[in-house]
Amino acid sequence: MSIRMFQPEPAARRHRLFRPAAVLLLLSLLPAASPLLAQDWVHLTAGNNNSEIRLAAASFRPVTTDPATLADKQTFDSVLFADLSNAGIFAMVSRSLAPQATPGSPSEINLAQWAQAPPSAAMVAFGNISIQNGNLIANGFLDDTRNSQYPQVFAKQYTGPAGDQTARELAHQFADDIIFRLSGGTPGISESKIFYSQRMGNGVKEIWMMDYDGANKLQLSHLGQDSISPAVSPDDSVVAFSALTHDGFELRMYSLLLGRIVHFINIGSANVSPAWSPSGQQLAFSSSRSGSSEIWISDPQGALSHRITNYGGLDVSPSWNPKTGTQIAFVSGRTGLPQLYIMDEDGSGVTRMTDGGYATSPSWSPNGQFIAFAWDRHYGPGAPGGQDIYVMEVATKRWIQLTHDIGRCDFPTWSPDGRHIAFANSPDGRDNHNRIVSMLADGTQRQVLTGYGADMPDWSWK
Amino acid sequence: MIAHRTSLRNKAALVATLALLAAAGCHKKQAAPPPPAAMAPQTVAPPTASITADPMTIDLGQSVVLNWRTTNATSVSIDGIGQVPVNGTQTVSPSSSTNFHLVATNEGGTTEANVRVTVRVPEVPAAPVSNTSSADEFHSHVQDIFFAFDSYDLSSDAKASITTAAAYLNAHPTIKILIGGYCDDRGSAEYNITLGENRANAAKTALVAAGIDGSRIRVVSYGKEKQFCTEETESCWQQNRRDQFSVDQ
Repeated sequence: MSIRMFQPEPAARRHRLFRPAAVLLLLSLLPAASPLLAQDWVHLTAGNNNSEIRLAAASFRPVTTDPATLADKQTFDSVLFADLSNAGIFAMVSRSLAPQATPGSPSEINLAQWAQAPPSAAMVAFGNISIQNGNLIANGFLDDTRNSQYPQVFAKQYTGPAGDQTARELAHQFADDIIFRLSGGTPGISESKIFYSQRMGNGVKEIWMMDYDGANKLQLSHLGQDSISPAVSPDDSVVAFSALTHDGFELRMYSLLLGRIVHFINIGSANVSPAWSPSGQQLAFSSSRSGSSEIWISDPQGALSHRITNYGGLDVSPSWNPKTGTQIAFVSGRTGLPQLYIMDEDGSGVTRMTDGGYATSPSWSPNGQFIAFAWDRHYGPGAPGGQDIYVMEVATKRWIQLTHDIGRCDFPTWSPDGRHIAFANSPDGRDNHNRIVSMLADGTQRQVLTGYGADMPDWSWK
Repeated sequence: MIAHRTSLRNKAALVATLALLAAAGCHKKQAAPPPPAAMAPQTVAPPTASITADPMTIDLGQSVVLNWRTTNATSVSIDGIGQVPVNGTQTVSPSSSTNFHLVATNEGGTTEANVRVTVRVPEVPAAPVSNTSSADEFHSHVQDIFFAFDSYDLSSDAKASITTAAAYLNAHPTIKILIGGYCDDRGSAEYNITLGENRANAAKTALVAAGIDGSRIRVVSYGKEKQFCTEETESCWQQNRRDQFSVDQ
C-alpha cells in the first residue's frame, strides 16, 4: 500500500476548512493495486492536543434520595455527559478518572484534586439535584480549576416539573450554557431539533421530529400520504414539507404552535423541496407550474410567488445562505446530470460549483462559508464509488469528502452551531433502509439517531 | 317481454359448459364402462325458461316486479339474486339499468333468459369507460413509455407509442388520462421528482401537439417514491424509468 497526497491543493490550505487547531493529519490512502475503485480518502484526525478544553462533568449530588430523584439524576448525568461529548469542542475526562467525593456545591469541591492527574481537568461542571414540591431542581456550577482565586465561571439553577423528560431538558440547558461560555459565544445545540420524513407503511411517509440526539421522536403530520422534505422555519413555528396528492406533490405547512396543517396556496404540478430564507419571510422551492421544474420564491402562505430560474432543465433543492439571506444554492440538471450551483436570490449571478458526477441536496452552513451536499463523483451505471457527503468552501470551490464506504448518503443538514451535520444513510443503498446519522462537520463521531425508514433530516435553526 | 332467445355469446358459453361437464363426467367414470354419450340428450330434454319485468322502465328509486316461468328445470338462478324457485315473482329496485339474467338447469342442459330493466337516473351519467374490456383496449393502444438514464427525452419508440396513443385518444374524446412519471431508485429523491415530472410532461406535450386537449391529461410525478421493480439491476431500473398511462377516473 502506498501513501500519497491525493488532493490537488496543499494540505496546509485544507487545514483551515475545519476546526483549525484540531486537524493533525490530512492523508489520502490509496490501495495502489485498484486505482479504478479508488475513492479519495481525506482523513482528518481530531487529536488529544491542547486545543480542546479538558472538561470534567462530575456526577451530580442528589440532595433528596428518593427513587424518583435518583432516577432523574441518572438521566441528567448521562444526558449532560453525552451533550458535552457531542459538542465536539471538549476533551471529556472519563468518569473513571474522577475523584471519589461527589461535590454538590462550590464549598464541597476540591479543585486541586480535579486539576491534577489523572483527571487533569481544566474545567469542572458539577452541582446538586433534588425534587421539591414536585419540581426537579438542578443547581449547576462550572469552575475553572486553574483559577484558584475566582474559580467559578458561572452558577445557574434549572427547574421544571419532575420527570425523565425534565431531567433531559435541564441537562440540555446546562450543557448549552457550558458550551456557550467555553466555545467563544456560539450557543450549544442540545436543545435543537431534527425534523425528518418517516416511512409508515406502503407508500405512506409522515413528518416527524426528534431531539438532536435522537430522543423524543414525535409524529407531526397524519396525512396518510407520501410526505417528504421537511423544512422548519427559522423561528421554529412551522414546518414546510411536500406531500403527494391527487395532483402530484404539493407544499404543506404544519404549524408547530397549533399542531395542525395551516393554509398554503398551491397551483398544481410538482411542488417540492421547500427552503426558508433566514428572515422566515420567504420560501424557496421547486415548482413545475410553468411546465418545467424551476426555483420559485413565495411568502410563507404561498402568495406572491415568482420564478427566479428560467433555463429549462431541472432546478430543485434550493438552500439559502443563512448568513446573508441573499444567495441560494440549488441543484440543476441544465447541463445533464445534476450539479451544484449558487445564485443571487433574484436569479442573477448563477455559478456552477461542481465539475461533474451527480451532486444533489445542498445545505448552506450557518456561517455562510460552506455548502454540504451529496455527491457521487463517478455517477453512472457500473461506475465505482458511491454517493457520499461532501463539504465545499463557497469562496474557493475546494471540497472535502466526509463519509466513506458506509453506503448511500444524502440530505446533509447543518446543526445551528455549524459544528455538526446530520444526513440520511442507507448502508445497503436501498431506499427503505435509510436512517438518520449525525457527525461532526469533519466526518468524525458518527452517531446513528434512528432506525430504518427515516429520511431527509432537517436540523432546526436554533 | 319474453327474452327466450339466447345470444350468440350465451350459446358459446353453453357449449363450453357442456364440454366441461362431459369432460368432468368422463374423468369420474373412468372405472366403470362409460354409457354412450348420445344417450343423455335423449333421456332428458333441456329446460325452457322465460323471464319478464313489469314495468320495463322505471325512475331511480321505483320498483319492478320480475316474473319467471321454467319447465323441467332442476335448478334456477338469477344473477344478483341467487337461487330461486323454478317459478316465481320478486320485487326488485335496481339503482341502475340492469340485465336480469336467468339460468335454468337440468341434466339435459342449460337454458338462459334475459330481461333488461332500464332505470332513468336524474342526471345523465357519463358513459362508463372503466369496464375490463375497454381498459384492455386502452392499454393496448396507450402503452407505457420508457426513458434512458437521467433523461426525459422521448425515444423513437416512445414517440411511436405516443402517436398510437394520440390516435386512440382522438377517437375516444371522452377518455381522460393520467400520466405518472417514474424514476429508478438511484440518485436523489427530490431531483427524481422533478425528473419524473418532466418525463410525464414530455408525454403530455407530445399528446397536446398531436391534437389532444391538455385538459384531458393529468400529470403526476412519483419520482422514485413508487417502484415497479425493486431489484438493483439495469433491467429493473429500466422498468422504473417510465411514463405510466391510465384512465383518469
